[in-house]
Amino acid sequence: MAKPMHPTPNLDQLESGPWPSFVTGLKRLAKDHDNVVDLLGHLEHCYKTRSGHWKGGTVGVVGYGGGVIPRFTEIKNKDGSPTFPDAAEFHTLRIMPPAGMHYDTGTLRKFCDVWEKHGSGLIALHGQSGDIMLQGCSTENVQKAFDEINDLGFDMGGAGPAVRTSMSCVGAARCEQSCYDEAKAHQRVLNDFLDDMHRPALPYKFKFKFSGCPNDCMNSIQRSDMAVIGTWRDNIRTDEGLAKKWFAKHGMNELVNDVIGMCPTRAIQLKTAKDVGKAAGISSVAVNDSQCLEINNKDCVRCMHCINVMTGALAPGKDKGATILVGGKSQLKIGALMGIVTVPFMKLESDEDFDKLAELGRTILEFFADNALEHERTGEMVERIGVANFIEGIGLEIDPSMVITPRTNPYIRTDGWADEVAKINAKKAAAAA
Amino acid sequence: MAQPQMRRAIECGVPDNKPFLHPKLAKNYGNWKYHDRPRPGVLHHVSHDGDEVWSVRAGTARQMDVWTIRQLCDIADKFAEGRVRFTIRSNIEFIVGDEKKVAPLIAELEKNGYPVGGTGNSVSMVAHTQGWLHCDIPGTDASGVVKSMMDELYEEFKHEEMPNRVRLSTSCCSINCGGQADLAVIVQYTKPPKINHDMVSMVCERPTVVARCPVAAIRPALVNGKPSLEVDERKCMCCGACYPPCPPMQINDPEFNRISIWVGGKNSNARSRPTFMKMVASDLPNNAPRWPEVNAVVKNILMTYKADGRPWERMADWIDRIGWPRFFEKTGLPFTKYLIDDWRGSRKSLNASTHIRF
Repeated sequence: MAKPMHPTPNLDQLESGPWPSFVTGLKRLAKDHDNVVDLLGHLEHCYKTRSGHWKGGTVGVVGYGGGVIPRFTEIKNKDGSPTFPDAAEFHTLRIMPPAGMHYDTGTLRKFCDVWEKHGSGLIALHGQSGDIMLQGCSTENVQKAFDEINDLGFDMGGAGPAVRTSMSCVGAARCEQSCYDEAKAHQRVLNDFLDDMHRPALPYKFKFKFSGCPNDCMNSIQRSDMAVIGTWRDNIRTDEGLAKKWFAKHGMNELVNDVIGMCPTRAIQLKTAKDVGKAAGISSVAVNDSQCLEINNKDCVRCMHCINVMTGALAPGKDKGATILVGGKSQLKIGALMGIVTVPFMKLESDEDFDKLAELGRTILEFFADNALEHERTGEMVERIGVANFIEGIGLEIDPSMVITPRTNPYIRTDGWADEVAKINAKKAAAAA
Repeated sequence: MAQPQMRRAIECGVPDNKPFLHPKLAKNYGNWKYHDRPRPGVLHHVSHDGDEVWSVRAGTARQMDVWTIRQLCDIADKFAEGRVRFTIRSNIEFIVGDEKKVAPLIAELEKNGYPVGGTGNSVSMVAHTQGWLHCDIPGTDASGVVKSMMDELYEEFKHEEMPNRVRLSTSCCSINCGGQADLAVIVQYTKPPKINHDMVSMVCERPTVVARCPVAAIRPALVNGKPSLEVDERKCMCCGACYPPCPPMQINDPEFNRISIWVGGKNSNARSRPTFMKMVASDLPNNAPRWPEVNAVVKNILMTYKADGRPWERMADWIDRIGWPRFFEKTGLPFTKYLIDDWRGSRKSLNASTHIRF
């Protein structure tokens, strides 16, 4: 039995309504956790004053320089003592989840037991970087809690100027659109960067994210420094049974308006069966006895729309891999940036392919560590030094897939043009030989 | 006194997810053929070998007490072979290999207060941040904003009645940890920081703070004989970037922290390229504990989109078709001069054509 509750008239109003209430959960914990009684007092004070009242600090575990988010209350009595003493220290431990955020209940229950014993019993599943967030721990208990979590086979995530915890979509485990083994890539790449994660020494944070197809369910293009997004090079696959089933249910209006009309590159046409093209880049599938969808895969940008609408009837090809985009980030400091194409396609099948992905990550991270200014993200660094310099700096080839259009102004010194053409021709000749 | 022997961390990294997979997911790994949605909140996946699984998705509060997590585990043990997974938007998924278990599982979840939905063209749970509960620089709460929003959007979570999926986010400051979304609720500061000159030299590394300002509005200064910093308030655009490295530059204010609404962010490549969201409303009050003014605008925009969007049009696609003037006309939101971009690269957002819808 914990100490008596503080009055919480503001928070009480967040218990009504149909959506699950975090306040109800906190009150349940407060029945036997003094720190949650005081957390509720602290949070009510925030609501009353419409202000935040935590400050950071330095708390960690032996051997690691990050992963704990320290919080100390700033709500003090006149004599300087904390008004809510049992929540005066309320730190968070960031723990890395398994790829795809799958759990067995035995593991989750063990997490609950550890956190009830050493912390507040409040767990966020999951934070915006994908961490399991164990919220509400005293400085003294941080090490004890981590030791037990670590013994369960889980490790600390990232915080500060470090490689951060990663996320990958459900992918191959349950999605027909998966273009590579997302979980394998996630685990293989991240586990190569644990030193950079646990001992923060980079200019700023660095995030990897893994999405299995261009639907990008992990929002990797906007939220990661290095986004690995699944794609394919060959033709869209088709299944006539599923296509006819879809058509029987949805009809011609939906086929025209929702599938053909929404293709961004006009790569899909409706054709009479006998007129369907036979060229190598053509996919086609009958939707009824006389009409077919014809897709010119050379025009297709792999946007996923038609595949999303007619799942199974249309499917990604078999020559699968990923596009790598670099430099996504949110607002600070120059405005939000999306990742830009850095490797248009890399195969991700064999162990060697995954090794190459991790090596690419290492090359980009090291270039970032060497060239970014303090508190500068990868995208800002690329913006400052120029894409061509970045691509050259990491030893890759430029490619027209990296731009939406070529330059629209003449303000560039081009007296190296002939040399560049000679280099391109030499490479072509070498490749042909 | 001898120091106690400290345990060294086992630097084990990302754990292997294979032991945690539902047996049918493990068996059909990489071998799925297609899926459909028999009802909102349920995904039905079929593998190339004919195996089938039903995933039942339910909303959570994200910030969960151990009692809630154990209750969800009990439900998983009873119906879903003791396995669960979470989505990026903090929904929980139970995977069942037997169609007969789907209806009783849904009944059990709803009986215990977990809404089943969030699939397909529904409004899914809000991606959100920490706010007053745990952040050191928050302009508002997160969990409370989300709770009040999802109470309003509850039926839209449980039904698939939107033109396409709707992704929401909230952020407690302009850093925007909640991320890009079809519709986002973000704190917008409206006044320059108030500087506690007694504290700056003790707490802040001044060159770092000067370097952090996106518009070079901060410079070192001697104030009342103490080394401090000053802000050129004609340049300052109130982003709050100086506050994290220098807490004595207080940017938060109970009255002047206002809330802005952004629409049309999309990370998927489907149809159009990914897009960033655009500010469409601001100066809404930070009215805890239920933010009624914010929720009225959110609901207005979503209902306008619901009524007017065509099937498969995301928020961005819908606005791309109808045009911004009609977006403001249909929602009744005022188009103020503050919505015309003047940040770097902003010329790309101006209409350099005669393409105008009358």
